[in-house]
Amino acid sequence: MSLAASALEGNRLALSRLLSQVENGSTEGREALSELFQHTGQAHLVGVTGASGTGKSSLVNQLALFYRHPPAGEKPRRVAVVAVDPSSPFSGGAFLGDRVRMRDLAGDPGIFIRSMASRGSLGGLANATAGFVQVLDAAGFEIILVETVGAGQDEVDIARLAHTTIVVEAPGLGDDIQAIKAGILEIADILVINKADRPGVENTERALRNMLELAHPVSHPTTHHGQTDSIAASTPPPADQQAWIPPILRTVALEGTGIQELGKALEAHAQHLKRSGDWQRRERLRLESELETLIQVSLVARWRENVSDQVYQDVLTKIVSRSLSPLEAAEALLNGRNNRY
Amino acid sequence: MSEKKIRVIMAKPGLDGHDRGAKVVARALRDAGMEVIYTGLRQTPEMIAEAALQEDVDVIGLSILSGAHMSLVPRVVELLKANEQDHVMVFVGGIIPDDDIPRLKELGVAGIYGPGTLTEDIIRDIRGAVLGR
Repeated sequence: MSLAASALEGNRLALSRLLSQVENGSTEGREALSELFQHTGQAHLVGVTGASGTGKSSLVNQLALFYRHPPAGEKPRRVAVVAVDPSSPFSGGAFLGDRVRMRDLAGDPGIFIRSMASRGSLGGLANATAGFVQVLDAAGFEIILVETVGAGQDEVDIARLAHTTIVVEAPGLGDDIQAIKAGILEIADILVINKADRPGVENTERALRNMLELAHPVSHPTTHHGQTDSIAASTPPPADQQAWIPPILRTVALEGTGIQELGKALEAHAQHLKRSGDWQRRERLRLESELETLIQVSLVARWRENVSDQVYQDVLTKIVSRSLSPLEAAEALLNGRNNRY
Repeated sequence: MSEKKIRVIMAKPGLDGHDRGAKVVARALRDAGMEVIYTGLRQTPEMIAEAALQEDVDVIGLSILSGAHMSLVPRVVELLKANEQDHVMVFVGGIIPDDDIPRLKELGVAGIYGPGTLTEDIIRDIRGAVLGR
């Protein structure tokens, strides 16, 4: 039986080996992804991102526990965790430490945790993370929590991968100027201020709230020349057109404080996406970006096959000696005029 | 696409809290280009075997300074077998009396590294065991 078939039947060793094949880009891994693709599209993909030290892993630990032990009357859900940590740019090695914070999840067959090195990818995920998510989705995990590398400002790939992106902040990391900058805060569907028992939490929340109100002005009834103008308030847009305003939640992950509320917000966001049609739109964008990546990778690989290393190195030498510009060189190499250089 | 990386779990089974050795070795293996999954302190053999399964590792490093190695190591090896992961190389570091070494080797432990071991030796042994097979 193929690894993919065994993984679909719930064999955890097969699932684990399959993930390695996908990570290493092997033929078996690629074939399995195609075989499994028809079984994907069921899971709620949740991204967890934020600067290092904000408590992402501890929060993921608590969220997984929440889904496994939900409030009375709700069904526990199967949870997969993909935790990405950076690879060394020098040795290519990695120290993957996210499991240290997830020890509460040991021994539960409804949970599968996999650590992943970024292997040179710069957007906060690894190149194979999208493939991992597909495999875990097909294997029947209902919630997939993807924890990015400690992300500063611009590591926003997770927003394309996930249905719901949680951006984790902590008190004392930056002022309102940081909150206005473009990038990571813009991709938040839910903002979490973790370590909310620390001093400065009010300032952090105020900065984030101000930033959000610039993006989503609240429609207060206003008076205009003495007449109350409350049109916006009296005729709210229909439910399927209402914009999602990211909630700001306070948590203390080490104590489990605020996790129920975060769970509720995640569910509310999933409902919102489905009601508004954004679920489908995001799926489309996600698959489009995946398709484009695949095309780019295979175009480059195909082109590289037709250019000898010698020609490539010769052109590079010409660039270094300033007798050819990088733009001219790229043009020439792509047009197959290798012989001229 | 990307080549195969050696994946290692560094774990501290049992109750002692001395993790400096484990961290030094983890760091050395990282610098040797391996992907090291660090699980932290006070792991049960069951937790370590479960992590090894989910992470599809090639190597498990166990750091034990409590003296409980003769109960912890056999249990880890047994669980690996039960999970069909007999191919995983197991090495042990820490304070291991010479008298216990033959029994551990019999169990299939590939290397036993006490204080003063050069990290280069551990790296060489791992590469030999994983890439050589």
